[in-house]
Amino acid sequence: MEKFGYTISKIRQIDYDSNDRSIADYIASGEPSFLKCIECGCCSATCTTGNFTRFSLRELNILIKRGENTQVRNNIRKCMFCGKCILVCPRGVNTRNVIALAKQAFQKAELYAV
Amino acid sequence: MQFDPFVIPFNIGLYFILIFVVLRSVIWFRELSRTDKLRLQRGFFGNAFAMSLREIFMESLIHRKILKTNFRLGYMHMSLAFGWFLLILFGTIEADIFGTKHLNAPYKAIFFRFFNPEHGRTGFEAVYGFLMDLILAFILSGLLLAFVKRFYSKALGMKKTTKLRLTDKIALTSLWLIFPSRLIAESFTSGAYGTGSFLTGSLGSVLASYLPAQEMAYPFWWLYSLSLGTFFILLPVTRYMHLPAELFLIFMRNSGIRTGDKEGTYSEVEVQSCSSCGLCIDTCQLNFSAGITTIQSAYLMKGIRNNSDIRDIADNCLMCGRCDQICPVGIELTPIRMMQRRKEFADHKYINTFSGYMRNKVPLSPVKEPESQSYSYLPLIETEKADVIYFAGCMTHLTPSVKNSMIKILDASGLNYIFMDEEGGACCGRPLMLAGHDREARELISFNSRLIWKTGARKLVTSCPICYKVFRESYHLDAEIVHHTQFIKSLIDDNRISLRYIRNKVVYHTPCDLGRGSGVYDEPREVLSHVSKLEKSRYEDSNAHCCGGSLGNLSLSSDERMKIARDAAKELIYSKPDILATACPLCKKTFSSATDTRVADISEIVAEALTKPTHQKFILNKAESEKEFMNV
Repeated sequence: MEKFGYTISKIRQIDYDSNDRSIADYIASGEPSFLKCIECGCCSATCTTGNFTRFSLRELNILIKRGENTQVRNNIRKCMFCGKCILVCPRGVNTRNVIALAKQAFQKAELYAV
Repeated sequence: MQFDPFVIPFNIGLYFILIFVVLRSVIWFRELSRTDKLRLQRGFFGNAFAMSLREIFMESLIHRKILKTNFRLGYMHMSLAFGWFLLILFGTIEADIFGTKHLNAPYKAIFFRFFNPEHGRTGFEAVYGFLMDLILAFILSGLLLAFVKRFYSKALGMKKTTKLRLTDKIALTSLWLIFPSRLIAESFTSGAYGTGSFLTGSLGSVLASYLPAQEMAYPFWWLYSLSLGTFFILLPVTRYMHLPAELFLIFMRNSGIRTGDKEGTYSEVEVQSCSSCGLCIDTCQLNFSAGITTIQSAYLMKGIRNNSDIRDIADNCLMCGRCDQICPVGIELTPIRMMQRRKEFADHKYINTFSGYMRNKVPLSPVKEPESQSYSYLPLIETEKADVIYFAGCMTHLTPSVKNSMIKILDASGLNYIFMDEEGGACCGRPLMLAGHDREARELISFNSRLIWKTGARKLVTSCPICYKVFRESYHLDAEIVHHTQFIKSLIDDNRISLRYIRNKVVYHTPCDLGRGSGVYDEPREVLSHVSKLEKSRYEDSNAHCCGGSLGNLSLSSDERMKIARDAAKELIYSKPDILATACPLCKKTFSSATDTRVADISEIVAEALTKPTHQKFILNKAESEKEFMNV
């Protein structure tokens, strides 16, 4: 086949019908302030973990809300729980609890999937 | 042989509880670790034993600590405990002296009046009868207070009283019935025979004047015996288990056994020793500032006892340790809460009330399973050697003024130091521990330890009490660990820095993890009074409030945190100080948004008061400078 230097890029559409929003629902029911997040990124800017590795709570928040959980599952454990993100959050989101609940939700999902 | 069928319920209850308590103690003892067994055995001899006996008298009977905190509540507890003890003691003596023979069965003493209705007419007998009536009146006065408190707790200076379960209610009712039924039974018997002293005698003669006293007495003796029996049978599955458990606890504590971080006999005895007096409820800031009244330590203890789902209770706490301070039984409540946080969330099995009799058979929910490494991304960092190492901590990086002040002070001190996390380091691990992730915290601890060892430092200075506590308790370092307030104090003492006096009125807020958590109270005050006019506040040292910013609480919302911070700040700035000083970056951050008064860390105040900014830097230490001086 002739190569034109173009490829077909992967689909970037967010498919809410097939995505799994159960993690987001679990977090929102335990910590309603999760829904107040405006994805400003202050948490990521101050993050202790983010200083060492590519970890962004803002990104994870967005992915959780979309229901794209694979990347979240692999990354959420990197958090050190130091709590700086709570103090900088302009919306008063209880970010530590969001992460704790996300970790819990993944654990539970694994438990009941078997 | 004096006997009557009505004593049977009492006898069953009494022998049941005696056998139960002995068996329970044996099981508890067997479950202790080897070292703790040896400790406890030693605790039954010498000084520790005397201390235990004294404490049992002062705390279990007199309730000195409750009396000090709240007199009316203390009187209620004292009259019931000490009064009942006296009643049993003098009752036994009475039965021994005046009874038909010596060494009677216990029921003879308890139901003495029934078996000796003619007793107490003359002389010494009447005086003794008066004493017994006086003790009964003492107990009844306490019972009246207990009754009032149950329905209107404010009358006893309590804002909230503990809520009860059904078995607790039955046990409480039987406890309440014991003494009034004794009073009425004794009164009827006395009325029928014309005996009795000021209480039973006079009530008896009134009752006998229009009721058939002889016939009425018998059912009340039955009631008295039944309520005693019921109370004893229910005791192991209700909060009244604290009566025997507290004795065991006092012996264990005086033998040097502590809670530690694993569930075991000691924490189990502590949980059983909680009498639900409710002092922890009133002292809790979540209660009086944020209006959360379901999570206090008394409820945590109750939840553990009843094996109910306490996940939310365990998580919703500032871990400030105020309840540990006020607990009259001396239960280490915060470590017990930490244990609960460490547990795996498990689906809650229904366990019926009566499994409480066999608590050691109830399966404990498992501690969290270890996973693979979480922080493998942390790099290997090479560092230089230094004498002093400064670890600012995450929170200090959010309050750069504290960090900069510390650098200024360290430079002025002329010490050879390195700033360990200048470019931002790993967390100390305590926030993870507080969230119940101990295994992950271990990873961070070993990362930081390796870094500190590499520097070969002899002194580790931290700015954050949260880090300070975990460095002291969970790290095993060669370096001496000091908080920056202690460090500044030692600099002042060694004349390494000289400070001018700033004419500001300062009030000091004791951070939870520095004060109650690590026992550092004096150094911050000494530093502050060295440079400024330190004023007293109403909530000081071990009674200090929490700022509300605590990382101990996962579920508290920002609004509730704000309420706590405002209330705490209001108390502190009561005397209108110029500066509200603290020694914790998190407290500073929290208070800054809660008050208009200037909030400053001690290091900032000291940095402002520095007179010789940097010219000492080249003098490495005193010894060397002296050597140079001698050579010249």
